[in-house]
Amino acid sequence: MINLYLAAAPEEDGHNPIFPIWEEIVVGSVAFAVLCFVLIKFVFPQMEKTFQARVDAIEGGIKRAETAQAEANQLLEQYKTQLAEARTEAARIRDEARADAEGIRQDVLAKAREESDRIIAAGNEQLSAQRESIVRELRSEVGTLAVDLAGKIVGEALADEARTRGTVERFIADLDTTAGRR
Amino acid sequence: MISQSTVLAAAFPPSVEDFYLPSILPWNQHESYWFTKITVLVWVAVAAIIIFFLMSYRKPQLVPTKKQWLAESIYGFVRNNIAVDMIGPQGVRFAPYLTTLFMFILVNNFFGILPLVQISPMSHIAFPAVLAVISYVMFIWVGIKKHGMAYFVHAVKPNAPLGILPLLIPIEIFSNFLVRPFSLAVRLFANMFAGHMLLLVFTLGGFAMINANVFLAPVSVLSWVLTIAITFLEFMVICLQAYVFTVLTASYVQGSLADEH
Repeated sequence: MINLYLAAAPEEDGHNPIFPIWEEIVVGSVAFAVLCFVLIKFVFPQMEKTFQARVDAIEGGIKRAETAQAEANQLLEQYKTQLAEARTEAARIRDEARADAEGIRQDVLAKAREESDRIIAAGNEQLSAQRESIVRELRSEVGTLAVDLAGKIVGEALADEARTRGTVERFIADLDTTAGRR
Repeated sequence: MISQSTVLAAAFPPSVEDFYLPSILPWNQHESYWFTKITVLVWVAVAAIIIFFLMSYRKPQLVPTKKQWLAESIYGFVRNNIAVDMIGPQGVRFAPYLTTLFMFILVNNFFGILPLVQISPMSHIAFPAVLAVISYVMFIWVGIKKHGMAYFVHAVKPNAPLGILPLLIPIEIFSNFLVRPFSLAVRLFANMFAGHMLLLVFTLGGFAMINANVFLAPVSVLSWVLTIAITFLEFMVICLQAYVFTVLTASYVQGSLADEH
């Protein structure tokens, strides 16, 4: 009803929307001031603080991670050095062992060679001694046999010892020379 | 609601008087403005914003809860996307005020489309005017604090050839010191005023048509459907105007802080 009345005669005590109502200016100012006071004083500094704390937390985390990373790198480096050292050590030990083995082998070989040489030498000596005795025996045997044979062939005993010996000596000498020539 | 609307429908087309509802205390008085729907809404907005922020930021945690995250996002948005973007690193100083300004305008604007409320205090020029005056005083104050009285020279003397200065300086004075507060206030007020007027026209128009002729009912329905569509449009305008007011304030402050004009 009132609206109808106002619509019919808006110019009588109508409002001009471009002119502010002073009561509303007061209300607006006070309300906005209260809002500003509470938010700017209590809420937003708190938020900035939280943001800062968050940044600190993240940066602290990053720093901790970096420290841990550096530590890990250092440890890795250390382990690598140790490993390399151990490797060289092992190689050295292996080389030494190889050298030792070679030495032992050489020793054993030398000993074996010496032993064999010694055995061969002993054998040779024995052989030559045997040969010597056999030759000596043969010589006397051959002499006796020959004399016996000759005695039988000739039919008479060659009594004269001295002649016989002379003959035998000559014979054997002849044998020797023929053998030596051959 | 319906009965009220039919009463209002008698007043088609809507007029400026539809923006000036009778006061609540004393009841139904037309020349009393201390306790009206508009002032109540302003207080409700202030209370709502304060309660929201205090509730969600009572015990701030490093890893935010959902509510805390929302409050932080609002502040972070104005802080990083308006204050720091427009003013630079020293804009952080102004972020709390700009956020308060943004929230105050946004919530008050939002009453324009809130069902059953559907009028924004910002459609009364008193409130945008208060905010505009604060912005105006603030950017001048910041300029004087930074440059001393030389600020006024800075502000009105553009970097231009000497010959053109007599023409430019009056224009700069006019635009920087006379027009700015009015343009700020009127832009916001006019948007909210026009939005409310549009909603009134389409809602009341529907009633007017259906009252005039029953066969116009389909057109009335169309008109009401359009009311809903315009409500969505209004939502965009509401956010945009809150953003624009805040950005312009930040931009004025930035101009006052700038070393070179």
